[in-house]
Amino acid sequence: MVSFEPSDEQKMIRDTVAAFAIEEIRPAARPADESGEIPADLIGKAWELGLVRGAIPETYGGYGDTRSAVTGAIVAEELAFGDLAIALHALAPRLLAYPVLEMGTAEQRESILKRFGTDNFVAGGAALVEPRFDFDPSALATVARRDGASYVIDGAKCVVPLATKAEAILVYATANPYAGQAGVDGFIVAREAPGLTISEREKNMGIKGLETYELTLKDCRVGAEARLGGGNGINFTRLLSESRVAMAAMATGVARAAFEYARTYAKERKAFGAPIATKQAVAFMLAEMAIEIDATRLLVWEAASRLDKGEDALKESYQARNYAAQSSLMVADNAVQVLGGHGYIREHPVEMWLRNARAFAVLDGIATV
Amino acid sequence: MIDFELEPQVLKQVEMYHMVAEQMMRPISREYDEKEHEHPRQFWDAMWTASQSLGPAAREAKPSGKDDGSAPKLRNLYTCLSTEELCWGDAGLFLSIPNPGLGGAAVAAAGTPEQRERFLRRFREGQPKWGAMAITEPGCGSDSAAITTTAVREGDGWVLNGTKIFCTAGQMAAEGSEGFVVVWATVDRKAGRAGIKPFVVEHNTPGMTVARVENKLGIRASDTAMIVLENCRIPADHLLGKAEVKQEGGGFKDVMATFDATRPIVAAMAIGVGRAALDFVRDFLEQNQVPLRYGLSPRRLSTIERDFMEMEVQLKAARLLTWRAAWMLDVGMRNNLEASMAKAKAGRAVTLITQKAVELLGPVGYSRKQLVEKWMRDAKINDIFEGTQQINLLIIARRILDYSSKEMN
Repeated sequence: MVSFEPSDEQKMIRDTVAAFAIEEIRPAARPADESGEIPADLIGKAWELGLVRGAIPETYGGYGDTRSAVTGAIVAEELAFGDLAIALHALAPRLLAYPVLEMGTAEQRESILKRFGTDNFVAGGAALVEPRFDFDPSALATVARRDGASYVIDGAKCVVPLATKAEAILVYATANPYAGQAGVDGFIVAREAPGLTISEREKNMGIKGLETYELTLKDCRVGAEARLGGGNGINFTRLLSESRVAMAAMATGVARAAFEYARTYAKERKAFGAPIATKQAVAFMLAEMAIEIDATRLLVWEAASRLDKGEDALKESYQARNYAAQSSLMVADNAVQVLGGHGYIREHPVEMWLRNARAFAVLDGIATV
Repeated sequence: MIDFELEPQVLKQVEMYHMVAEQMMRPISREYDEKEHEHPRQFWDAMWTASQSLGPAAREAKPSGKDDGSAPKLRNLYTCLSTEELCWGDAGLFLSIPNPGLGGAAVAAAGTPEQRERFLRRFREGQPKWGAMAITEPGCGSDSAAITTTAVREGDGWVLNGTKIFCTAGQMAAEGSEGFVVVWATVDRKAGRAGIKPFVVEHNTPGMTVARVENKLGIRASDTAMIVLENCRIPADHLLGKAEVKQEGGGFKDVMATFDATRPIVAAMAIGVGRAALDFVRDFLEQNQVPLRYGLSPRRLSTIERDFMEMEVQLKAARLLTWRAAWMLDVGMRNNLEASMAKAKAGRAVTLITQKAVELLGPVGYSRKQLVEKWMRDAKINDIFEGTQQINLLIIARRILDYSSKEMN
């Protein structure tokens, strides 16, 4: 039966995360953007919400919560409403834990998941994006070649979150670059693995609080047991869909942050004797923003709902992701425009949201639900 | 719980409407676009017969989602689904189907139970009939509070004077069948909005004439009438609601309540037209071996793929907003903001989608041999009637900014 109402449990989770985003994350957003540092105690507090540990089975020290993409989307939107970089950092361990949880062998689950069943934040990450303009998750240039009992991985990755802190990184590579998404595998690569080099920290336009790195893999040899899912491999399309839903949900959160800020400003700022919000030129921009935010969220929920039913969501998550990349940028840009010159000044957060929103068309696979 | 899945029995219903659209509407779609003002009698009779067997006219919009026992639970949402299918068939023919229309919706919203029974019963019996609503005037459209048509109490009735335009199905309601027109007129010009009241004017009432039927860009199968009221006398109990100027309900607010219910339906109409164009382009691309590579980085797609996928997701976004607005009404939530969001989004999205479809198909799209150019002409009305895009943006702006209509106009 069609319904647009989150369950009571989802509402409760949403309200908890929303309060944390407003009270704890938002005040730290600008300092993190300027300094490039996210306070460890803030990440620790986020960890205590069970954002990662929640879905880990009790046997491994988790809470054994049922994982839901819709709930995940709701949470991701709220966190990103607070700040995108902090949200990505707090959720980064999922990039390793969740694919293992969903598709790992018994041994992989045993060895990886218990790392995340603890009281303190444990870093984790995944390497999907490659440093070239025509990067496409469906056609990876990072190649994994079977060599006897091991795999040899060659290639380059970028925008890998928390690479220097994570004990292991999930590296996506393909045995056959022409096999599309079906040919993609995940390899659990230890940070210290021979042949893996981690660059200096990257400098990007936005999400500056988030530590990201380039990875170079040269004859990087891993054992056969490092291949996620063992002999069965993985359903990469599903992992990518989950990631796209998460990113699109975060785009919704960033857009909503920008919209709400611009709305408040427009009601306070006066021109020609009245708040600029009373002028249709401004009011209509805000109305457009509101429509697009809602439309984006519904596309995200629809894709997430398919994932929760175990259905294929390649197309739906792709649509949500592409739509969100456009709409969040439009909303953030409009927010800067509503503030005019003030929007361009770093005293206000809207310029930061504009830089952050641009990430959604460029980056893949740095969050998941 | 958030869910977007339609039950199998609902999907079956949708399929039935799709068959009607495909087998009864599409074959005559071009004909009644070319022969504007001619009547597709055979189609009307078939639709009327079908609606009689379905019970209460299926398209009668209600202002609230209150469960009256027999109605399906998500009645407004299901109406959106059937509307999308039928408008996929032909939006002009859809609008021409004999039914209570907006006039019926106004009776349902503002009338007493006795009035509802008296005026709406006719749609359950006899020959095909139409209901229409006359609100727009030559001098006012979106600013419906500026209505100049007057209603003056004389003896045991009301006397109406004024000119109404852009009245959908006005000709069939006023002269072509045993229908009626709901005319909005002011009983007290000084009272502004509060003085505007709805009056039911029966077909062929002396003093009411159809002065002309418009020639339009699209939806040509639907008649759009100018109705002149000249000392048109009607009984006192044809005023819907109460005559007092200062009282809750029964006035301008009810026009708005009507719109909250009908805007999602108009949005669904738009989506039907847009989907017609989208389906055509998809089939065309397939026949010409142009692949649609979902999942690929958008940077690697061809422009045609990108354009098509953009059209497709815009339509989907509009549909989700529309479903939400209808669903809210069904579960008893106020949907004023969301209805306007759906209408504004759908009207524009579909205008752009159909225009892009003509562009993508080149001379094939521009040719009257195909229906694509017609859909582009049909689509545009959705950006205009039942509240232009701009009026809907204004409503949205007021709601999100928490401004009254005085503070924000």
